[in-house]
Amino acid sequence: MTETAAPVTERGSPGALAARLVNWRRGAYRFRQSRLSLIGLAIAAFLAFIAVFGPWLAPHQDQVAGAVDTALRFRPPSWAFPFGTNDVGQDMLSLVLAGARISVLAGLAVVVIGAVIGTLVGATAGYAGGLVDETLMRFTDLTLTLPSLILAMAIAAALGPGIGNMIAAIAVSWWPGFARLVRGEVIAKKHEAFVDAARAAGARPARIVLRHILPNIVSPVIVKMSLDVGFAILTVASLGFVGIGVLPPTPEWGSLLSVARGYMPDYWWTAIFPGFAIFLAVFGFNLLGDGLRDVLDPKARR
Amino acid sequence: MLRYTLRRLILLIPVLVGLSVLVFAVARLLPGDPVRLAAGPNASEAEIRNLATEFGLDRPLPVQYWSYATGLLRGDWGVSIYTRRPVAEDLRIYLPATLELVVAAMLLAVMIGIPAGLFAAAHRDRWPDYASRVFSLGAISMPRFFLGLLLQLAFAMWLGWLPLGGRFPLTEDAPATITGFLTIDSLAAGDLHAFGLALRYLALPAFAMCLSPLATITRMMRASTLEVLQQDYVLTARALGLSHRLILFKYVARNALSATLTIIGLYFGFLLGGTVLVETVFDWPGIGLYATKAIVTQDFMPVIGVTLSIGVLFVTVNLIVDLLYGVINPKVRYE
Amino acid sequence: MAALLEIRNLSLAMRTYEGAARVLNGVDLSVGRGEIWGVVGETGCGKSLTGLSISRLVPTPPGQYLGGSILFDGRDLLQETEDGMHALRGRHIGMIFQDPTTNLNPAFSVADQMIDVAMHAGALEPSLLGVAAGASRGERRRSARQLAIRMLDRTGIPNAGQRIDDYPHQFSGGMRQRVLIAMALIGRPELLIADEPTTALDVSVQAQILALISDLVDEYNLAVILITHNLGVVAQLCSHVAVMYAGAIVERGSVRSVLKRPAHPYTQALLASLPTAGTRRGELKGLTGVVPNPFVVLPGCRFAPRCPSAQPRCLDRYPAMIEVEPGHLVACVLSEGL
Repeated sequence: MTETAAPVTERGSPGALAARLVNWRRGAYRFRQSRLSLIGLAIAAFLAFIAVFGPWLAPHQDQVAGAVDTALRFRPPSWAFPFGTNDVGQDMLSLVLAGARISVLAGLAVVVIGAVIGTLVGATAGYAGGLVDETLMRFTDLTLTLPSLILAMAIAAALGPGIGNMIAAIAVSWWPGFARLVRGEVIAKKHEAFVDAARAAGARPARIVLRHILPNIVSPVIVKMSLDVGFAILTVASLGFVGIGVLPPTPEWGSLLSVARGYMPDYWWTAIFPGFAIFLAVFGFNLLGDGLRDVLDPKARR
Repeated sequence: MLRYTLRRLILLIPVLVGLSVLVFAVARLLPGDPVRLAAGPNASEAEIRNLATEFGLDRPLPVQYWSYATGLLRGDWGVSIYTRRPVAEDLRIYLPATLELVVAAMLLAVMIGIPAGLFAAAHRDRWPDYASRVFSLGAISMPRFFLGLLLQLAFAMWLGWLPLGGRFPLTEDAPATITGFLTIDSLAAGDLHAFGLALRYLALPAFAMCLSPLATITRMMRASTLEVLQQDYVLTARALGLSHRLILFKYVARNALSATLTIIGLYFGFLLGGTVLVETVFDWPGIGLYATKAIVTQDFMPVIGVTLSIGVLFVTVNLIVDLLYGVINPKVRYE
Repeated sequence: MAALLEIRNLSLAMRTYEGAARVLNGVDLSVGRGEIWGVVGETGCGKSLTGLSISRLVPTPPGQYLGGSILFDGRDLLQETEDGMHALRGRHIGMIFQDPTTNLNPAFSVADQMIDVAMHAGALEPSLLGVAAGASRGERRRSARQLAIRMLDRTGIPNAGQRIDDYPHQFSGGMRQRVLIAMALIGRPELLIADEPTTALDVSVQAQILALISDLVDEYNLAVILITHNLGVVAQLCSHVAVMYAGAIVERGSVRSVLKRPAHPYTQALLASLPTAGTRRGELKGLTGVVPNPFVVLPGCRFAPRCPSAQPRCLDRYPAMIEVEPGHLVACVLSEGL
């Protein structure tokens, strides 16, 4: 059965679209005003670019795959090797560039998967209410009391090495945050007029949630996603540092740092550059996330 | 106040039960065969089966949970397949070390963060505020293990002021164990030399840990201070002549503290689980390091033990925060 | 007797994103001890800002005083230093605001808040606390507490000695307003500024609070400025009234002369719009039009666009204040001929 009497706030109607456009334009203006947000956007774009094209940008692509050149071990930074070389003569610049791909893409994947699972759980809990809500939320809250890093480590170790397993392991500790957010938003929207209208027109609960409620709560979810990417990248690097997740020769910033530890302080460049890369990535995405939040969530304005 | 406290304590019980079930379920659901690992590559099937029975792994799941749960209450937290010691004993050794680190880091974060937040709010939109915002974002983004490494490079390797790692020099006599906190124990024994040593070893790891909560506490304090400054009762206080300093440090501070208190409680929990990396960098003998080794060897009793104790501590700290909330905001007590 | 407070030609602009809003345009007011002045007007006419200006509580920026003076006991408060103002607030000028719920700090007991005010006033005038000059802080706090209990008792809080240690949320709305009044008067100020003190209260409680204020005026010989939009309150309590429109006082004088013989068309319209016992259904007479735009200041009378008796010369220049009766002044060209 189709819903014929769609209220004005319904997504897709001309009035709503025009209103959204105005909001977006105003938001984009505010975003441009904030210098920090623009810097964040620049860094994030730069990293995204490297993440996609990294392996081809690296000057020594063979080394990314694992080739070594022990004659050139531990060369300090120079024109030939801007980031120096490591213990087996590999060019640090190439490794760091290639590492961007793993850290950034894995971080994004974690956030997306966490958001999807969290939204499913949260929307179900929020819309269904009652016992379903109670149970799901108790479960979510309990999961939140567990130490997320240790949990991710344990699961990743149990699943075995590999990027997919690592992403899955981290995503498991990521979804509760989204679940709570989405639940709160769904509960807030549940009682609005357009939901009643849809229900009166005979729409099934799943359809109401998917087509009507979810599109209206996209904003806070996007804000949280963008704020979380930085920390997801940090978690990926953390797992790499501890030695769980990806195995050599796959260059991952955290594991590069871990190896470099043993060569301090003499060969400082083997640690400084991967470490700084992690910092830059997290910082850039955090700036971006902060800026997006200022734009999309007017309640959070200073 | 008493009734409020009792109510909160009673609510704690189902949470703790739920926690134990959850941890047990996750541990059992994970793939991996620690028995096989512990038995070694040359063990025969019979030996592995015997080992399994010895560890009680052949019985049905609910029975296993029951014996596990009752064991927990009795103080029997299983045995570490790796160290061959009871987990409870391992925890008794390693947990205070981590707690000392986390408490030190939180103390630093609170002592610097709260005044910094008040200061930033009092100078809103001027350069100290702007600078603190950038610094906060940078501090949260900095990976703890990289920061630890940098601190080691700077203060231990290049400047030589502070030790590289560990908790106490092996060549010296540690004070008698009362709390497990080297700092407190050495003070209790009146051993100032040991106290100084303990502090020197604590300094770098604590600092590496404190940056993240410091940044968040500053931001939170700033935000809630600004919000409080808008309130009507602040206008009334000003209208009746109370001095700016009195208003800020007595009234506004207490009103703004409640939101920050929640953050402090949450961060305590986060830090407990997050010491893994710093303990690795600084060779700090805490539960982070213990858990890491256990994870790598798929020794799940210690992992369960660590996870559970962190969960329990987290819930307890939040309870304390709730109680403190009742002190700061009297309305809450009467709900 | 010289007036305690004299506001002369006070003009205030607020700098906003859209420009400078002229919120006060030449306010003139004169208040003496023992007088209860009601300042009435619609929302946005500037009455609250006038009250806040006296205590210099208007933040500057975005506020900017364009001219005029506020003479309190001979001193121009606009020229006063912040320290000087600090010494006046609470001790010579007391203030209470509209919503008793939000004006008391929820995290502190009433005792805490009142003692702090008493200590502040006591530092400026030790005789208030009744202790010797070299008294210790503890002694001063103890007698400040006693003073606070006496004030609470005076403003009608039963069992003041015990209730003083309660928290604000344990009092009812009317009680809280009494607490606030006690707090405002504990320093024995000469001037009390009350910004809509009864608007948030029930009608019955309102009457009690108004009666309390009246008693206190008699007892302490206070000068009171009562800011309100409610003419009924003015009629009940005030001795004098000043009618404000668009940032300026258009008519002022004793309550009797202004309410019985209103000379300004705005005052007349306000009084006419009040429903009386004889008003029939559907007969409410409101005012047409809207308040003028504060960003654009045209010459001439600001009420003219809405005035039923407006004439062309009303738009030429701002009318001067004319005394139509002793003590009764009006800013309207229509009264010029009289």
